[in-house]
Order: sequence, then structure tokens, then C-alpha cells
Amino acid sequence: MTSAASPTAEPFTTIVGLEVHVQLQTLTKLFCGCSTAFGSPPNTQVCPTCLGLPGSLPVMNRKAFELAVRAALALNCRIAPFTKWDRKNYFYPDLPKGYQISQFDLPFSSDGQLEVVDPKGAFAPRTVGIVRVHLEEDAGKSMHDEAAGTADTRIDLNRAGTPLCEIVTQPDLRSPQEARAWLNELKLLLVYLGVSDCNMQEGSLRVDANVNLHIPQPDGRIAKTPIVEIKNMNSFRSVERALTYEAARQWEEWQATKVEMGRMPKQTRGWDDPAGITRPQRQKEESSDYRYFPEPDLVPVTVDEPQLARIRAAMGAPPTELRRTLADRWKIPAYDADVLVNQGRELVAYFEAVATAVADGKLASNWMQQDVLRTLNERGGTIGEFPVRPEQVAEIIGRVQKGEFDTSRGREIFAEVLSSGRPVADVVAALGIAAVSDDELIALCRELIAANPKIVADVQGGKEQAAAGLIGQAKKKNPNANPGKVRQMCLELIRGM
Amino acid sequence: MSLSRQDVAKVGMLARLALSESDLDVMTTEMSKIVGFVSLLAEVDTASVEPLAHPLDSQNVFRDDLPQPSLTTSEALQSAPRHDGECFLVPAVLGESGAA
Repeated sequence: MTSAASPTAEPFTTIVGLEVHVQLQTLTKLFCGCSTAFGSPPNTQVCPTCLGLPGSLPVMNRKAFELAVRAALALNCRIAPFTKWDRKNYFYPDLPKGYQISQFDLPFSSDGQLEVVDPKGAFAPRTVGIVRVHLEEDAGKSMHDEAAGTADTRIDLNRAGTPLCEIVTQPDLRSPQEARAWLNELKLLLVYLGVSDCNMQEGSLRVDANVNLHIPQPDGRIAKTPIVEIKNMNSFRSVERALTYEAARQWEEWQATKVEMGRMPKQTRGWDDPAGITRPQRQKEESSDYRYFPEPDLVPVTVDEPQLARIRAAMGAPPTELRRTLADRWKIPAYDADVLVNQGRELVAYFEAVATAVADGKLASNWMQQDVLRTLNERGGTIGEFPVRPEQVAEIIGRVQKGEFDTSRGREIFAEVLSSGRPVADVVAALGIAAVSDDELIALCRELIAANPKIVADVQGGKEQAAAGLIGQAKKKNPNANPGKVRQMCLELIRGM
Repeated sequence: MSLSRQDVAKVGMLARLALSESDLDVMTTEMSKIVGFVSLLAEVDTASVEPLAHPLDSQNVFRDDLPQPSLTTSEALQSAPRHDGECFLVPAVLGESGAA
């Protein structure tokens, strides 16, 4: 496999489409009032409706429907004025009714798109078409004791009936890297808009990928390898790895067999993360095998413009818009805005608090990237839990602006405030940091010049960079000395000799 | 309209029914009759008929996103043929969930 920088070097194009399920951020399930909280003991969040007991009837959760519409609007989808639900029939122990309530021929939305732009230009901006977004219920959880082999399977139905949005893309992605980047953008969007927490560890976001290769032939025809659906990917990183592996596998298989799409049914393969390979899984049932029919227990839903306007108004700004406004408002580079926005809404608020207090967006952004984000990444956790608050960062920057100390001293203070949890003023006092007067500075520079005739000779000989040696010594003698000033003053003094 | 034995065997598999050879004989005959009877509907001209999404003339029935008490675990499990006090127990199902 070649690197992302030269995808054209491959003798094929990787074609990827994604199917993403996200759990909507509701308090209760799609059709009943049971809690959707994660991690409760098994079968404590179940009722006759989600257990599929006779005589129970589903009633649609309004919040779930509105969050689903919000997701579809954010993905630039067309919202259907009339939508209904259907039964998708299959038998599996974690599906207590024997069918899943889903949407078949009249999903509530279709024909959207979401663009992903790599700020470093690793790939060209890619607009990915959305085939449809629909609203359906989740199944329960089966727990197999694989080692025992013949042991019972245990079924927990807490998750059964949880609202899911299914998002199906066109096969518009052209590399594993693009797929991963696009998923990051999708997740960011859905988290920003409060649609889902997209927590993959808790199963709030699940991805299946369809992949095949387009291989140009000597006669100009494009040969297409059979489509493979990959399941069991538990992180965006595994999506990228699985697609990379699968593209290489299909390329080898193509060279050996020359089998093209349509000669065999769509294959399902599971990603084995520790082994780093995909393995064949059971053949998927055909769509007709699910014997879809309209759900008689739910009445259709209609959506009109005033309703859409209300949902739009409650949505808030999507990340793409926020990147633009942030770059404009604070005069920061697009790259900076991208990094900040990609960290989430809370971090953007933190940045804006700092930027407002110091009245300098670029300076605030530099501190965010070099100090706040770097230490936040090292420590882990969220910006909300970060011990140094925006007022404190602004105070440190403000003191640098006033010339009390230089940026590198400011960094030390930041680190000390972070580790000690003490106020900035206390840390400044404790570190013995005090502004160095110009008189003190001149005295210091004279002392250094007298003690370093070699450096002085070098500078006089035209090697100004030799002055760096003086700055290092100045720092040792007085840590509060501003290196820029020391350099400037020493050069002036030497020139005047 | 008639159904083949393979059609019936496939429907049986989808319904997770273990049909014996003699079951298949009986089912193939009887299901063909049922499908034949229903296919009478194909004679109706439906060109000008709107598809019916729901027999009731009602739309937009919602409830608020407010938690309601769930059953206790023992209530939830009480009708299960087998359970371990926490989970429903079913014969080992290996491989992927059929969820899509």
C-alpha cells in the first residue's frame, strides 16, 4: 500500500460508502418511557412495550423524531412531508418482537451531503452524498461466552427500543483516510448539534463500511471488484485500518481470480482488530428476506415548514459555520479555527473567553494550541475539568503584554498554576518573578559583555547570532530578564564600543 | 401462482422452522393455495389507487420524552422459559447479531 500522499500510485481506486448508526440523545426509548441510560444492570430498563409482550403498543417519542430531523437538516437532507414506519422481520433472540420497527420506502429524509476538508490538505475536499437518514429502534444485547462454546447466550434488553438514526452515504469516499476524516466530521457535527454523544465505547455510534475497487483495464474499461460490507469496527482508527486491509485483500483476490461485481452476492466480513484482518461472516439476508410491511401500530408523521423552522431555530451553528465565524471574528488562520472547533463547543467557549479578555485572537489562539491543548491532551479529560481557567490564562497573557515577563516565563507560570492550582499572582510572587527595570538590564548586559570578549569579537566580526550565548548567560543570572530585550541591548552596547 | 419447494424451504429457514421433507410437501401445497387465493387481488386495477400507509385517518401521534417506571427485573423475566435472575437465557447463538 502506498501512502496517503500518493493515492494515484495505486493501480486501483478504493470506493467506500458508509452506514452509520447513532443513538439519539433522549432520556427515554423510541416507543416507551424506559430510560436509555447506559451501564445499568441487565433488564432493569424494560417494560411490556420494549419486551414485545402481547397487547403492548408503541408511541413515538417526539424528542427522538425532532433530533432525527435535526441530524437530517444538518446533513442537508430533503425532509419528506409524509413519512411512515415499517416492520423489518427477522428472528434473533435480542429482537423480542421478531421484527424491528424501521423505515423502508418512505424514510423521513433523503438526498443530503456533508463535506470534509482536511486542514493540512492531505486530500482534496470531499463532498459525500447522503442517500437517506431514517429513524429506527435498536435491538438488545446478546452476550456469548465464546470460550465455553456451547454455553447459553444471555440476553439483556435494556438497549432494545433505543432510538437510532441510520445514516447511509453514497459510495463517494475514495480512501480509508478520507473515510476516517469524514466520520470525524460527522461525529463533530452530531455532537455539536446535541443529536448524539457519539460515544463508540458505549455503542452510541456504530459504523459499517461497504468497499470495493475500481480497476482501470488496458481496454479502457473499469473493472469493479465485488462489494464487501465490513462490520465490527470499534473506532474510527479501526475503520481506516479495516478499509486499508480490505482494499489490499481485494486487490490480491482480483489479481488471482479476476472475479467482478455481480458474479457473487454481497459478502459480509468482520474486522478482527487484534489480528488486523477481516474474516468472512454469514451471508446477509436479502432485503426481500426481511419481508418489510407498514407498521400498523404507528400512524404516519407529517412535517410542515413551520415545524422545520422551529427545529432549525433550536439547532445552533454547525462546525463548518463556527470555523468561519471564529476565523473572521478573531482574525485567526483557518487552521487555528479548525483545531479549536474540532475540540468541541466547550473548548471554543474557553478560547473565546481568553480572546475577549486579552483582546487578541491570534495570541489567545497560540496559547490555546501551544499550552492549553497540549497539556489537556497529555492529561486527558475535558476542558470543563481543566484546572487552569480562561481568566487565569488571560491574566498570564495580560502580564506578558504589559512586559512584566516574557512568553517563556509565562509558560512556566502556566505550568506552575496547572500543577499547584494556586492563583497566578501567588505563583508569580513565589517564583520571584518581578519586572526587570531597564537600569538593571543595562547593568546585566554590561557585565556579560565584559566577561565575554570572544562573543563580543564575533559579533563585531559580523556574526550577530553569537549574541545567543549572552542571552543564555543572562537567563542564568536573572531568570526574569527578557531575552529579546537582552539581545537588543547587548547588540546596541557592542555596536557603541 | 405456485410456490416451489425451495421457496417454502427458504421461508421456513427465515422463520427458523425446521421443516421435515413431509412438512415441505404439505406446506408447498397449502401455501401455494393461499398465495393463489391472495393473488386474486392482482386482477384489480390499482392504477388510480393511492398506496395506503395506514388504515386509520390519524397522524402525528407522539409522547413526550419523559421517563416512566420500568418493570422490575424479576417481573421482566418471570414469563421467560429460562433465565438466571439477570438475563434471559437462550440456546447459544454464535456469530453476529442479525441487527441491521
